Amino acid sequence: MRRTRSPVSIVFIFTFGLLLGWQAAGAEVLHEERSLYRDITVTQEGNRRCLVFNVHRGDRNQTCMNTANPERLVFEYAKMTFAGLLLMPEPKRILIAGLGGGSLPMTLTKLYPETRIDVIEIDQAVVNVAKEYFDFEETENVKVIVNDARVYVKRAGLLDQRYDFVILDAFTGDYIPEHLLTKEFLEEVRAVMTPDGILVANTFSTSRFYDHESATYQRVFGEFFNFKLPSSGNRIIIAREETLPARGALMEVARELAPRVERFGVPLLEYPNRLSTRIDWDMSRRVLTDQYSPSNLLRDN
Amino acid sequence: MSQSSQSIPGFLVVTAAFVSGFCIMTVEMLGARIMAPYFGGSLSVWGSILTVFMLALACGYLIGGRLSARHPSLVSYSLFFLGAAGMCLPIIFFADEIMRPIFLAFEDPRYGSLLASMFLYFIPTTILGMISPYSIRLLVENSHHSGQKAGLLFFVSTIGSAAGTLGTSFYLVLWFEVNEIVLGTAGALTLMGALLLMVGITGKEKAHAKNA
Repeated sequence: MRRTRSPVSIVFIFTFGLLLGWQAAGAEVLHEERSLYRDITVTQEGNRRCLVFNVHRGDRNQTCMNTANPERLVFEYAKMTFAGLLLMPEPKRILIAGLGGGSLPMTLTKLYPETRIDVIEIDQAVVNVAKEYFDFEETENVKVIVNDARVYVKRAGLLDQRYDFVILDAFTGDYIPEHLLTKEFLEEVRAVMTPDGILVANTFSTSRFYDHESATYQRVFGEFFNFKLPSSGNRIIIAREETLPARGALMEVARELAPRVERFGVPLLEYPNRLSTRIDWDMSRRVLTDQYSPSNLLRDN
Repeated sequence: MSQSSQSIPGFLVVTAAFVSGFCIMTVEMLGARIMAPYFGGSLSVWGSILTVFMLALACGYLIGGRLSARHPSLVSYSLFFLGAAGMCLPIIFFADEIMRPIFLAFEDPRYGSLLASMFLYFIPTTILGMISPYSIRLLVENSHHSGQKAGLLFFVSTIGSAAGTLGTSFYLVLWFEVNEIVLGTAGALTLMGALLLMVGITGKEKAHAKNA
């Protein structure tokens, strides 16, 4: 006897089949590993190789590389990070919190071979995978330190270390390390920045959390550049202690730098007009502090 | 003369066990949040906190059990709550003073967080641990029912712990600052202690009156 299926189960089977097919047919899994902090998967689909964290919870690509042309950055947000160069065109010392596949430090060291780059990554397994599958290398000037970014920054401040370019890229998409998004942490970051140094933070552009995060950055840095593109769910915050430069000055730098970053796929000339200081968040939202930082709860609400 | 068990209201002891279970887990859940600014959010920080809480509870069980063997009374019992409340205060007022020198002395956040947890949480948690065996002693009337009473108390205090864990991590951190929650915990312990002390003293007076 044939069983008839209800429409609901058909929809369910269809969706499930799609998901399965998309996973199985699309990407080949090169590497799988359960680290102390997450499940790490490396997939390859055609020329696109991706680092994926926590596949089972929603399949978020941390970083992708075009294996046919590894120099070219794949993700919009990675390219957007380079907007920071408009305020700091010749960085001498760079700090990056969060390694991922290592595309940011590799690109930056190609651009600035003499510049010292310190990368802080909490998960040794991510460092290993970046080296093995994403052409990441430690060199004379590029060093990885396996540590919690908060601990590293606090100690760097005590040791009087200074960076003129700080990149915060420690959010994995589905979990926010809450101690890396408080007023106190941003003050500690500010303390390791040179007076003209800049902070570039890669973060989200949605939810109620956006208001809290914006309020926190504003409390510490005052006016900052908000950088969003319609093609990306990310937003980039660019902040510094000094007042922000005028658009004309940014455009000038962009014209100068654009040819140098073109080979990485960064359309720098399009960026100055996208940097906004407009307050598009609810200013009454509470500032996040070490005492109050339920960031993950706020994000889900 | 020690109080006879009959004069101790069982409901009060059971409530007290719930409160202590709740408070232990509230402080434990906040432990990682309090230490993250100095030692980060790595797995080892949680490891330090859980280790210290387990060690402190172990010591508390031993000490509380011993104390319950001699003249158990609601008055002594109430002092555990008041003492634990008092020892929660350094977590609010001296956390930075305690963690900063440890952070400076230890490069490795594993040992730093272990030592800091020891200084911040060991004493209040030990005192809270003393409450469990002491509660059993106050509730048990004869050896025949001792297992049943112990089971009831473990049940209630563990339910309290579950409530404290859930309540803190789901809601309290969304509504209050960390220090406000710790202060609330100390306040709840103080209220519970004061109530036990009052009942304990009036119970004693009644017993005296009867004897006289």
